Amino acid sequence: MQRAIDYLARTLALIRKELLALLKDPSSRTLLFAPAVLQALLFGYGATYDLTHVPYAVLDQSRGAASTDLLARLDGTGVFKRVATLTTSSQIAEMIDGGDALLVIGIPSDFEARLASGRQAPLQVILDGRNSSTAGSASGYVSSIVASYNQSLGNTSSITVVRRAWFNPNLESRWNMMPALIASLSMLQTLLLAALSVAREREQGTFDQLLVTPFTPLQILIGKALPSILLGLVQSTIIFLIILFWFQIPMNGSVWLLYLGLFMFTVAAVGIGLSISAVSLTMQQAMLYTFILVMPLMLLSGLLTPVRNMPAILQLATYVNPLRFGIDLVRRVYLEGAGFGDVAFDFVPLLIVAALTLPLAAWLFRHRLN
Amino acid sequence: MNGAEITVSVEALRKTFEAPDGGAVAAVDGISMTVRAGELTALVGPDGAGKTTLMRMIAGLLKIDAGSLRVLGLDVAADPQSVQDRISYMPQRFGLYEDLSVQENLDLYADLHGVPQQERRDRFARMLEMTDMARFTERPAGKLSGGMKQKLGLACTLVRSPDLLLLDEPSVGVDPLSRRDLWKIVQQLVDEEHLSVIVSTAYMDEAERCAQVFVMNRGRLLAEGAPETLRTRAQGLTFTATPSEGMPARELQARLIDAPDRIIDAVPSGGSVRFIRQPETDDARLRDLLHDAPIEPRPEELEDAFMMLLRQEEAEVATALTDQPASEPASAQADQDKPVIVVRDLVRKFGDFTAVASTSFDVARGEIFGLLGPNGAGKTTTFRMLCGLLPATSGHLEVAGLNLRTARAAARGRIGYVSQKFALYGNLSVRENLEFFGGAYGLRGKRLKTRVAASLEQFGLDPSAQSGILPAGYKQRLAMATGLIHQPDILFLDEPTSGIDPLARRAFWRTITALAGGGVTIIITTHFMEEAEYCDRIAIQDAGRVLALGTPRDVRQQAGDAGVMDMNSAFIAIVEQGRAKHDAKEAAA
Repeated sequence: MQRAIDYLARTLALIRKELLALLKDPSSRTLLFAPAVLQALLFGYGATYDLTHVPYAVLDQSRGAASTDLLARLDGTGVFKRVATLTTSSQIAEMIDGGDALLVIGIPSDFEARLASGRQAPLQVILDGRNSSTAGSASGYVSSIVASYNQSLGNTSSITVVRRAWFNPNLESRWNMMPALIASLSMLQTLLLAALSVAREREQGTFDQLLVTPFTPLQILIGKALPSILLGLVQSTIIFLIILFWFQIPMNGSVWLLYLGLFMFTVAAVGIGLSISAVSLTMQQAMLYTFILVMPLMLLSGLLTPVRNMPAILQLATYVNPLRFGIDLVRRVYLEGAGFGDVAFDFVPLLIVAALTLPLAAWLFRHRLN
Repeated sequence: MNGAEITVSVEALRKTFEAPDGGAVAAVDGISMTVRAGELTALVGPDGAGKTTLMRMIAGLLKIDAGSLRVLGLDVAADPQSVQDRISYMPQRFGLYEDLSVQENLDLYADLHGVPQQERRDRFARMLEMTDMARFTERPAGKLSGGMKQKLGLACTLVRSPDLLLLDEPSVGVDPLSRRDLWKIVQQLVDEEHLSVIVSTAYMDEAERCAQVFVMNRGRLLAEGAPETLRTRAQGLTFTATPSEGMPARELQARLIDAPDRIIDAVPSGGSVRFIRQPETDDARLRDLLHDAPIEPRPEELEDAFMMLLRQEEAEVATALTDQPASEPASAQADQDKPVIVVRDLVRKFGDFTAVASTSFDVARGEIFGLLGPNGAGKTTTFRMLCGLLPATSGHLEVAGLNLRTARAAARGRIGYVSQKFALYGNLSVRENLEFFGGAYGLRGKRLKTRVAASLEQFGLDPSAQSGILPAGYKQRLAMATGLIHQPDILFLDEPTSGIDPLARRAFWRTITALAGGGVTIIITTHFMEEAEYCDRIAIQDAGRVLALGTPRDVRQQAGDAGVMDMNSAFIAIVEQGRAKHDAKEAAA
C-alpha cells in the first residue's frame, strides 16, 4: 500500500512538472489553443464543396420567354452568377479559356419553337473540365434546375427520383467535414506535442537528469503521455464546441461515447508521437518526422476523399492509420448517433496501435542507440 | 616589421547587451588597450568578463556601442570587410562540417577564403604536418576526437596567412595533451611567421606563455603587462604549507580558504597546499591558522596575481557554502567499511569499438574519486554506466550495495547526478525544479517542504527566480541543490567546473570537500588536472583502459621519479607511457 502511494505520488510529480513546463509560458499557452480555434474556423468557412457564385455566361440565341424564364431560375438559385451575356458562339472559347466562366449555357435559336411544338429542345452546357469536380457538381445543379423547369411545363417523366439525404438533409459538405476535424485537427497538435516532449528534454539534456532518478520507464511513459492526452482532449473539446455552437451542426450521438472514442484515438496518436520523440535526438528531427508522417495520415484517413475510392493496397494501409478510425467514429457518433455496438470495430485498430507504440516508446527511452 | 608596431588599438570601447531579465549588461565597459604586432597576447578573465565580446568586436562581427576600435590600422566600425579580409578568427565552437572529411573541410575553407590553388598545396601540407593529421585526411571531421577537432578548426582558420589571428578559448574542453599540441602550433606560427595572435583563455599556464597579458573582469580591464611584471603583485605573499602526516591536503586547504581575512587563496597541490597570504595579516595570526604545519616560501606565479586581482574585485561574492549538516546521506549505512561502489571487469562496446575495456575499482564511503582522461578516453562512458544512464556490455556494477543490473531503480534512488551542462527545466522556477526532483525521489508532504527549504538556504537560492536565466554560478548551485535534494549516498559530477570562473571553482570545491566530510561519496570527472589534487583517489583512463589508479601522490610517483611534478605533467606522462606501451604491444603482436 505504502509502495503504491509512493509510486503514484512520484508519477504525479512528473505529470505536474510536464503540465507546468507546458503551460507556464504565456506564449506556449497561446500556441496550444489558438491554432485549434483558428483552424476550426478556417476549415468551417473555407473547406467546402458546396457551390456558390459559380460564374457562368449565356449565349441566348433564342431570346424568347422560355429561355428568359429558365435563366431566371438559374440566377435565382444563388448558386450561379452570370458574368457575361454573349452574342456569338466564337466568344465561348474565350470565356472558358480565360477562366472567366466555369460554364457557358448555349440556348439555340429554335429553343422556343421546339418547346412550343412539344419536340425535344436541346440545351448546350459547356464546362471547364480543368476543374472536374466543381464542373461536375455545377452541371448537376444545372440538370436539376432544368428538370424542375421541365416539371413546371408539365413534362413529367413517369419516374421521378425523390432525394432524401439522411443525417445531412441539405447535403452540406460542412456537415461532413467539421465533425471529422474534431479528430484530425487535434491529432496534428497532439502528435507534435508528444513528439517534442522527449526530444526537447534530450536536446536540452534534462532527459539524462530524468533517467538518473528512480522513475521506471512506465512512470516516465505515464508522465509524458497523460499531459499530452489531456491537452489533446482539450483541443478536441474546443473544436467540438465551435462546431456545435458556432456552426450549429446538430449532434445526434452520446457525448460519452464521443469522448470515449476521442480518448482512445488520442492515446493512439500520443503513442505514435512519443515513439517519434523517443527515437529523435533533437526537436528538429522530431518535428521533421512528424510532418513526414502527418501528410499520409491525413490523405489516407477519409477526411477529404473516401477510403472506399482508394486502390485496394492503400485501403489496406489505412488500417494502421488511427485517424481513419478516429474520423469514422466521430462522424458516425456525431451525425448518425451511432451507439457503441455500431462503432465498436473502430476501437480495435486504435487499441492495437496504442498497444504497440506506447511500450515501444517506453523501451526506446532507455535503449535508444547512441 | 618592428616589435613596436600596433595591430589593435582600443579606446573607451563599450558594448551593452540586454540581460535575460530585461535589464542592460555592459559586456565591455569602457576598455582601452593597445596590442603589439608579432606577439602572443592573452586575454584572461573569468566567465562573463567580456573576452568573447571584445574578440568579436575586433573581428568586426559585433557593432560597437561607443568608443573607437582600430585593427591593423583600419577603423573596424567603418569598414569591417577589409579588416576581416586580413584576419582569421576561430570562435569557441568552430564550424566544422562533420560529414566532410578533414581534407574536404580544408578545401572548403580555402575556397571560402579564395586561397589560390598553387598556394594551397604548400599551406595544406604545412598545416597537416603541424597538426599531425596527415594520416587522417580521409576521416570525416565528425569522427575525430574533441582535441583533434579543435586542431582541425585551427588548421581551417589558418588556410591562408592572416595578419592577425584571433583565438577564442581554443583550449576549453580540450585535454592536456591536445592542449599542449595546440599551443605548439600557435607558438610555431608566432616564432616562424611573426604572426600576431590574440588568444583568450581561462588557463593561467597558457597566459604565462604570452608576451602581453590583459586581465579582464566584468567588462573592465583590471591589469595589463608582461606575465613577469604582473606576477610581482604576489611577491613575498606566496607559500607552500605541508600538512601533518596522514592529513589530506584538502583538509588543510579547506581551513585556509575558510579564513579570507588571513588567506587570499589556497589550493591543494602535490600533497601540500599552495597559498597566498593577506599582506596585512601578521605572522602570529597566520600561525594560529596553520597550527603546526610547516610553511615555505615559493616563487609567485601569474595565477597568484590573477587570484589576488579577482579577490580584490569580488570580495563579497562566491563565499563558500560550508557547514552543511543537512546534506548528510539519508541512509545511515551500518557497514561503514564496505565500498559504496564496486566495479568488476566492466566492459562497454559500441559495435566492434570497445569504449571501456575490462575496468575494475572500488570507491569507499566518503571518498572523492576522480575520473580523468583525454577526450574520447572512455571516462564519460564509464561515468554514464556508473550512474545507470548506459547499460554495461558485461561486468559487475554495484552502487550503494545494490546491483545496478537487477535493482536499477532502487540503485538510482541512492545517487545524485549533476551534469556537465545545465540540465534542469529552464522555464520552471527554482522552487518548482527542486520540488519536482524531490518528488521524483519520493519526497512529499512535510519532508519535501523541509528539504526544499533547507536546500534553498544551504545554496543561497531565490526560490521564485526562473531557473533558465540564472547566472552560470547560480545555475550550478541549483544543479547541486537538485542533485542533493534526496540526500544521496553518492553524488556524480560530470565536469562540474568547466565554464565557471576560478573563484566559483574554489567555492564549489569547498562545498564538495564539506560534503565528503559529511559522508557523501563523490565521483567526479574534470578537465582541470590541478583539481585532481582535491580527490582522495583518481583513475586515469585512455583508450578505454585504466592507466593509473590511486591517490594523487601515487599517480604522480607512477608518472616519474620526480615526486614534485604537477598533476598536468603527471597526466601527460602517464598517458604517453600508456600509449607507448600499447603501441609496442601492437608492434610485437
